[in-house]
Amino acid sequence: MSSAPGTPAPPAAAPRAAALRRALAATPRPPRASAVSATLTFGWRGMLKVKHVPEQLLDATITPVMFVLMFTYLFGGAIAGSTGEYLDYILPGILVMSVLFTTVYSGVSLNTDMTKGVVDRFRSLPVPRAAPLVGSLLGDSVRYLVAGTVIVVLGVALGFRPDAGVPGVLAALALVIVFAFGLSWVFTTLGLVMRSPNAVMNAGFMGIFPLTFLSNVFVEPETLPSALEAFVDVNPISILATASRGLMDGNAQAGDVAIVVATAAALTAVFAPLTTRLYRRG
Amino acid sequence: MIERGLAIEATGLVKSFGDTRAVAGVDLAVPRGSVYGVLGPNGAGKTTTIRMLATLLRPDAGSARVLGHDIVDEADAVRGLVSLTGQLASVDEDLTGRENLVLLGRLLGLRRDAARARAAELLDAFGLEEAAGRLVKHYSGGMRRRLDVAASIVVTPRLMFLDEPTTGLDPRSRNQVWDIVRALVEEGTTILLCTQYLDEADQLAEGIAVIDHGRVIAEGTPGQLKASVGSGALKVRLLDPAQRAEAAGVLERELGTVHLEPEPAALSAPCADGDRAAEALGALARSGAGVADFSLAQPTLDEVFLALTGRPAEEQTAQDALGPERERAA
Repeated sequence: MSSAPGTPAPPAAAPRAAALRRALAATPRPPRASAVSATLTFGWRGMLKVKHVPEQLLDATITPVMFVLMFTYLFGGAIAGSTGEYLDYILPGILVMSVLFTTVYSGVSLNTDMTKGVVDRFRSLPVPRAAPLVGSLLGDSVRYLVAGTVIVVLGVALGFRPDAGVPGVLAALALVIVFAFGLSWVFTTLGLVMRSPNAVMNAGFMGIFPLTFLSNVFVEPETLPSALEAFVDVNPISILATASRGLMDGNAQAGDVAIVVATAAALTAVFAPLTTRLYRRG
Repeated sequence: MIERGLAIEATGLVKSFGDTRAVAGVDLAVPRGSVYGVLGPNGAGKTTTIRMLATLLRPDAGSARVLGHDIVDEADAVRGLVSLTGQLASVDEDLTGRENLVLLGRLLGLRRDAARARAAELLDAFGLEEAAGRLVKHYSGGMRRRLDVAASIVVTPRLMFLDEPTTGLDPRSRNQVWDIVRALVEEGTTILLCTQYLDEADQLAEGIAVIDHGRVIAEGTPGQLKASVGSGALKVRLLDPAQRAEAAGVLERELGTVHLEPEPAALSAPCADGDRAAEALGALARSGAGVADFSLAQPTLDEVFLALTGRPAEEQTAQDALGPERERAA
């Protein structure tokens, strides 16, 4: 604590006096960023993270990839008579599962942000309240798209040839991402109330894992005990899987698609304001 | 000049987390265009105070105006004028240094080209251009701090909150941060500096508020505060402990009183004046006592606390260090 002599620092590491003055000379304050621009900028941040921290995406994608392989070749023959037929059934379901698993990470990364100082800076900026959150979920949607694409590409490599072709697959992918966007608000809320990223991950998967299995992602519900069948039929994940299969096969029910979109809208309507309030409160 | 009045005017700010009263009625009056230090041990309520003033926390009671705007009713106006460098470096570790600065430039309303140009200018000015493309998580503590400060001035703020900007830095990095702070003030920015180092407040601040248990317990210039503590001390360590009695006699003659330290070869004497210390050391050398090292130490924060409260600054409770985490849990 005694007065240390001002050691001259090597030029490469030191702030340069002249450049420093120039940089500090008061710059005119630009007009505030618009809500759209601020949101997109936060989305850009999310995409940079996919680039710099690809491990997270890998983590979330590897399980569904293993499921495709395991279920198709191990159980496919037993469940559907042939692996090829089962692949047709399971692939849209695993697409749903893969993308929905990835949504948990939206909550995990928000929680990670909160434990670091960077959120303080974002919260002290003159930007609209929801911009950081909507922006990062937009960035995460890119992640969802990647996770979904991986499964589709894997499926095609294994011989998956849906009747509705590329447009059908794209429509299904879009529907799944819309639902994922709605669902991810649940996990961002969770991300703001839980204490650590790991807790968010555990709680998130504890919810999403059984919900995915208690759906028609893997098996037709007709074979299930009636109480379970009743649950599986109303599980939004079943409806999403059914709608995705329909879109890929070209025989989607408009009602299913509407229910999926409405569920996503309802989740957003409830959990987006909740997340925003929690985020602002810090 | 329209820049009249106070930069920060706080009365009776209170904030509790559960049963803990982190801030128990803080009044502050910070003039514009200077560094104002808020000095106190960890857990004294410094970070909570700063977070309220930066609109990150709502006060439970009391009110404050920052650059003329109420921190609750006009929070958005306040956010438009201030910037915050938190205790935890407020930069994104998973992005590169350049990306961090461009991101903030865009969020503050700069167009893409302007944001890139501003980032390049700041990276150059802060000696970070070589590290510009590296992820911040690979930065050293000093580089991270510099980036943090750079991120706070992407658009020059009228008021800057600096929360323990040099905690954990080596002396060279610390001096660099101090240079930046001085340059900022010269350009007209007001800085509220929270620190637990008297030395740092002494180096930078024109006015200081000492805070403890969530209250301001003393205010004044660094000189006034130090006067309240008394002088510093000349501390000497001898090569040979056997010579201590003789050396103590010499120092007593030169400086009046002498104090034997617990360490067998060390002794100290109250002394605020460099010339007198030099003379005493000269006398010591002539007496034949071999000096291993010496220092003319300033009063420490501990001594200030002892003088102000009659008790030493408490051990760190890590409350402030856990700031955001704790507050969320509460």
